Amino acid sequence: MNEAQYDVIVVGGGPAGLAAALEAAKEGAGRVLILERNDELGGILNQCIHNGFGLHYFKEELTGPEYAARFIEKLADAGVEVLLGAMVLDISADKTVHAMSREKGYMLLRAKSVVLTMGCRERTRGAIAIPGDRPAGVFTAGAAQLYMNVEGYMVGKRVVILGSGDIGLIMARRMTLEGAKVLACVELMPYSNGLNRNIVQCLNDYDIPLYLSHTIVDIRGDKRVEQVVVAKVDEKRNPIPGTEITFDCDTVLLSVGLIPENELSRQAGVAIDRRTNGPIVFENMETSIPGVFASGNVVHVHDLVDFVTAESQRAGRAAARYARDGEPGGPCVLVENGNAVNYTVPQKIRTDNVDKLVEIFFRVNFVYTNMVIQISSGGEVLASFKREHMAPGEMEKVAFPKALFPRIRDGKITVSVVKEEDAQ
Amino acid sequence: MVDVVVVGGGICGCSLLYELSRYKLRAVLAEKENDVSAGTTKANSAIVHAGYDPHPGTKMARYNVEGNALVKELCGKLDVPYKQIGSLVLAFDGQQDALVRELCARGEQNGVPGLRVLTAQEVRELEPNVSDKVTSALLAPTAGIVSPWELAIALAETAVKNGAEVLLDSEVTSIEKTDGGFRVTAGSHVLETRFVVNAAGIWSDRVNDMAAPHRFTVTANKGEYYLLDKSQGTLVNHVIFQCPSKVGKGVLVSPTVHGNLIVGPNAEDAEKDDHGTTGEGLAFVKKMAQLSVPDIGFRDSIRNFAGLRANTEIDDFLVGETEQKGFFNIAGIKSPGLTSAPAIARDVVRMLGEAGLPLEEKEGFLDERHVVRFKHLSHEERAAAIAKNPLYGRIVCRCETITEGEIVDALHRPLPPRSIDGVKRRCGSGMGRCQGGFCGPRVQQIIARELGVPQEQVMMDRAGTAIITGETKGGCTR
Repeated sequence: MNEAQYDVIVVGGGPAGLAAALEAAKEGAGRVLILERNDELGGILNQCIHNGFGLHYFKEELTGPEYAARFIEKLADAGVEVLLGAMVLDISADKTVHAMSREKGYMLLRAKSVVLTMGCRERTRGAIAIPGDRPAGVFTAGAAQLYMNVEGYMVGKRVVILGSGDIGLIMARRMTLEGAKVLACVELMPYSNGLNRNIVQCLNDYDIPLYLSHTIVDIRGDKRVEQVVVAKVDEKRNPIPGTEITFDCDTVLLSVGLIPENELSRQAGVAIDRRTNGPIVFENMETSIPGVFASGNVVHVHDLVDFVTAESQRAGRAAARYARDGEPGGPCVLVENGNAVNYTVPQKIRTDNVDKLVEIFFRVNFVYTNMVIQISSGGEVLASFKREHMAPGEMEKVAFPKALFPRIRDGKITVSVVKEEDAQ
Repeated sequence: MVDVVVVGGGICGCSLLYELSRYKLRAVLAEKENDVSAGTTKANSAIVHAGYDPHPGTKMARYNVEGNALVKELCGKLDVPYKQIGSLVLAFDGQQDALVRELCARGEQNGVPGLRVLTAQEVRELEPNVSDKVTSALLAPTAGIVSPWELAIALAETAVKNGAEVLLDSEVTSIEKTDGGFRVTAGSHVLETRFVVNAAGIWSDRVNDMAAPHRFTVTANKGEYYLLDKSQGTLVNHVIFQCPSKVGKGVLVSPTVHGNLIVGPNAEDAEKDDHGTTGEGLAFVKKMAQLSVPDIGFRDSIRNFAGLRANTEIDDFLVGETEQKGFFNIAGIKSPGLTSAPAIARDVVRMLGEAGLPLEEKEGFLDERHVVRFKHLSHEERAAAIAKNPLYGRIVCRCETITEGEIVDALHRPLPPRSIDGVKRRCGSGMGRCQGGFCGPRVQQIIARELGVPQEQVMMDRAGTAIITGETKGGCTR
């Protein structure tokens, strides 16, 4: 059995893992290792051949593979080690990583700190229980994207897309460009969950109709999909009889949400937030297990890779510091969810470990206009931030300055979103 | 000349082929799909029933109780996932308390060992998550759970290893009476045979009518299910039944041998080609299941499916020789058909013998089978397995921890799978929470490579279930 000792082990070589590993090395960590289960680094970016990546971080428009390459090419100089085709099976409490690969066999790798960057997976047909037959031709949007963009295979000719998440929107355009007919994009909610720019550039520009407050109520087909029945839904999201529209199609793409992939985290004993389905994290992306950090889509699903990079750099930096100095102590403040707020990351802030400010990320539970984000404690509003437009599909970020920390009462702050006129 | 043609590769046909392969004779199984276990065998509750339910004196009662022990024995010999977890039939009022006692008495008459009526308190101790409205329950310790398709595949593989033949993609379209027996047309094959056994499941009436007088009609009755993630797999420890009624055994909640939770079925008459689920059906299943176990986490659903019961006018299994000498039926096999199949097979072999089939046992009959299941190995065993075959070092299905080595093993056993679902049934790849989203394309590549066929010709499941419809404008990258 192969055994080795590292300062920082990063589990997953997608955008989060790449940024975390590079930043850990930059912060002075000695041996840094990325374990990637695929045969190449870059994660899901490799199949995202459209542009739009890097606008925030590099101030330019890159494709997914280009964005990944910017990081991958720095690994060697930074001295980051990489193991490809390597699957992590288990992380034990003493931060021993059980991994395996064809070349290295079964490995026991000890680390001073671990960064979890496993990303997320797509919600499936089974998860949302779409009734009907079970023919071929029903794909998650990402699986279809892999077939088309990595392998060069078409997966259908006439397509209905369920869900208006970004991958679904991108695939609507992609399949159209490859000669398929996209008949409809169907969204259960009364608003889209994708970025506005994707609605414009991927649907409107190609005259693909978006059916809001609709869902698929039946999939028909003996061998391959033959028909899909779509119906309008009421406020409780139940289909309304009599509103059915039937589409003749051979393909259904599902873009109905992403789920952080935390089986390994759970197995390791990391506390999980039911709201994010990701680890509960401190200000430096440390999880409930000292020395185990997490960042990127494994913590909460992001819209933009640029923010994954920034978050993962924080995690990598903190992992290197932990490997060197051990656990940062000090008092801890809980971040609670107030009105209209679905979750926050981080969920906990160790005030002594904050430099000038702490960034708090969250999502709202509906579409709003002219709102104010408030951070309050003990009944007092400590900070306010105006927003003209807010939507569940767009992650919010506020910077909470350390100068305000002395006004925190009972070790708790609440993030809430209120109408402008109701704001104090 | 063939001695016995078995029509249908479900659990009954595969059990029979396995039993026949013990003897010095030529047995051929004809299956219309591209794999065995492709019909009801892959879509049912996966329960090994104890045998308290069928009425004493019926074929069902006898085969069920015999089959219960046989399934356990076969799973041990042929390395098929099986667990004897016992079952509970819940009662919710005085009338059902009486029914539970009646079932207990019926079971004892059928020869079911270990039956016991539990008090509400005893039920709660065994099953903290069942409804607190339960008033009593029947405990049947010999009930179990099994992987039905793996059992059918293991039986067929073992039969093939022992010289029996399986013809896939070979639908039986005619059976003519000849001087020495029958001429069976199965796909592109024409088989001259002495005996025919019809185990065509939902289509067994049609096959019967090809050779024998019309005596029964099969009505398909559909049952729909939820399969939930492993996070729900420990919610209950036993198979949790409700009291049986005229329409069936009610909605059950049970762990599966693969660690998931299965919930279902309902019972609705359906067309024979209808395997679809419905919004109403699934809602009914959900509602009924919550009566037994209120806190099932349906948000952790990973798949829905439906299977068909082969109901006939006769309230029992139809097993035996027909008025057409040499033509046998194993028909009308509904629950507890999976449990009963091995017992039915043995009995039909006996009947064939009585009808003149010489049953001389083979020497060196191979009656064991071993499958590597990487995820169940210890760390040391894993290290050794990878050292021996590096393909065990590559995880293909990450949800279920299935390695390339296991998939390649399956592709080189007798009766290799040809589709992604065929691999899934043998290895468990794609059975997890991502439902093959990540591993499907990889499995497809491995099948193409090992079987030497183009990737686009590897189907999802049955013939015609194409995944790839062509190449992109840039063309295939491989």
